[in-house]
Amino acid sequence: MAALTTTTPSGVGTAARRMRTRKTAGWSGFYVMVAVFVVMSLFPFYWIVITALKTQPEISAGTTGLFPAHLTWSSFSTTLHQGVFARALLNSVIVAGSTTILTVIIASLAGYGLARTTIRGKQLIMGFLLVAGFFPVIAMVGPIFITYKNIGLLDNLAGLVFVYFIYSLPLATWFLTSYFGQIPRDLEEAAIVDGATRLQALRRVIMPVAVPGIFTVAILGFIFCWNDFLLSVSFLTNPHNYTAPLAIMNLGQSQYQTYYNLIDAMVVIITLPIALIVLLAQRRIISGLTAGSFR
Amino acid sequence: MTAREEPAVPAGPASLAPPEGAATAAAIGGPRRQGSYSLAARDRRFGYGLVAPAVIVLLAITAFPLVYNVWISFHNAWYLFPTTFSNFAGVKNYKELFTGGQFLPSLYRTLGFTVVSVAVELVIGLALALALNRKFRGRGIVRAAILIPWAVPTVVSGLLWKSMFDPQNGFVNYILTQLHLPLAHSTWLSQTWTSWAAILIADAWRNTPFMALLLLAGLQVIPRDVYEAAKIDGAGAIRTFRQITLPMLKPALAVALIFRTLSSFLIFDVIYAMTGGGPGNSTQVLAYLNWSSMFVQGGNYGLGAAISVALMVMSLVIAAIYVTSFRTEQVV
Repeated sequence: MAALTTTTPSGVGTAARRMRTRKTAGWSGFYVMVAVFVVMSLFPFYWIVITALKTQPEISAGTTGLFPAHLTWSSFSTTLHQGVFARALLNSVIVAGSTTILTVIIASLAGYGLARTTIRGKQLIMGFLLVAGFFPVIAMVGPIFITYKNIGLLDNLAGLVFVYFIYSLPLATWFLTSYFGQIPRDLEEAAIVDGATRLQALRRVIMPVAVPGIFTVAILGFIFCWNDFLLSVSFLTNPHNYTAPLAIMNLGQSQYQTYYNLIDAMVVIITLPIALIVLLAQRRIISGLTAGSFR
Repeated sequence: MTAREEPAVPAGPASLAPPEGAATAAAIGGPRRQGSYSLAARDRRFGYGLVAPAVIVLLAITAFPLVYNVWISFHNAWYLFPTTFSNFAGVKNYKELFTGGQFLPSLYRTLGFTVVSVAVELVIGLALALALNRKFRGRGIVRAAILIPWAVPTVVSGLLWKSMFDPQNGFVNYILTQLHLPLAHSTWLSQTWTSWAAILIADAWRNTPFMALLLLAGLQVIPRDVYEAAKIDGAGAIRTFRQITLPMLKPALAVALIFRTLSSFLIFDVIYAMTGGGPGNSTQVLAYLNWSSMFVQGGNYGLGAAISVALMVMSLVIAAIYVTSFRTEQVV
């Protein structure tokens, strides 16, 4: 009986109100879920930072709360004054930087050639890129280790650059091929009509237009090199040649103790530059990841 | 103008084929070519010149390790005894893989971890992608925040979580103690199942954002009017998801799954940083076994090469399974 009477205007009002409250509830549930994701992503960083800022006695005493009792920069200054870690940071910058430059040049040339010339066997080469992209890094380690040992490139940063280069090239070439393919042809046709050679047209007309794509390839290549561990731990032994991830793994723990404040200080230092790059170049990275991965 | 557009747009079923530019590159000199043969030949020579360095390097990355691994795998190659590299051993190393030893147990562990981690990352990543596909205040900030873990080097993410799970200074035991929950006094990395849980969390923490952002890119190319049409037809949320979102997300799903499956299957850094394959051999996985057979256990390169060959074959099989299964379904 009561159910029948709810068809009155007042009943419509409650229904609408109920809808509205359900909608607000839906939204607040949504925001709670998003907040949980954000906290789970970022909280470990907070923990790392406060651990790095703790004093050695507090570390030895164990965790007592969410905030450190005393803040100190000493872990940061200790690690940075440790010659090996500072040197490792420099090595990482040098290795990642030179690999990136090398990759960008060779991949741009190949990408342009694949996108804009009439060479034969294009499909074959693109298929090749695909296989190379799926090639397990670990399967390269043994053969390259032995080869490097024979030609004296072991424990050598140039040797590492070369491995990184051959590993990041397929993705970069694939991405730039599709990128060059989308640049209008009129641009370079005009340049060639004006008397430029193909190479000049590529350098003066196409490259400037392709800057966003090249930037994406450069960032992804740099991040790949900066993050690598497997190749550097296999080919480098001299602490003087360590890259940053290798240094973190080898410093900060003795046989008897792990110095989490020192390790976490290094973690903060190595993550910071990449986190900044990721934040600033977010859009480009995502486009590169998706395009690079649609290979 | 088109150069400004994101070249990243997933291009449906064609997305696993070469980009359009490669296929249709009739070259800049298209019309001109008809009149003069030499121009075409010059164009082609120019093209070969451009592509040659990359192709040579590509051969170096694929053909050389492949052939050399196969070669070494048939020899008694011990690092400390270089002469053994020319000491033919037949299929001895392959036999060793399948009779006793760590290979088969590691294979099962690796497959188990791959299935579980990819499933977890897929579910959370999809939820995250769907959430980020809605318009809400602060979406840009949220997207940036979840991308940051991906910027952490994998080995460092392992160390970071090792420090989170540390019984003395870690956060995990601290919060469990505060909330009076079980496992509060675990030494996580010294027991099998808790080690795996820690490894899974470290892996998912870093890689779920990657999954989510790939899927988000896929969601964003689904036209809005398809959803509106479904709404007008009275389709509910679940039906819309199953009949519109999932099918149209397939190319992005294929790519995200191939990538995550292969990198889970080849997990190394996190294992190295957190457990080193221990306690005992209980978190030993194939890539780590491969590495340690060469660099830790006396430098048995013959065995290492045999594992590498197995890994190459299995990676190709995994990739091929995904490519074919997602392609045939696409045709329907």
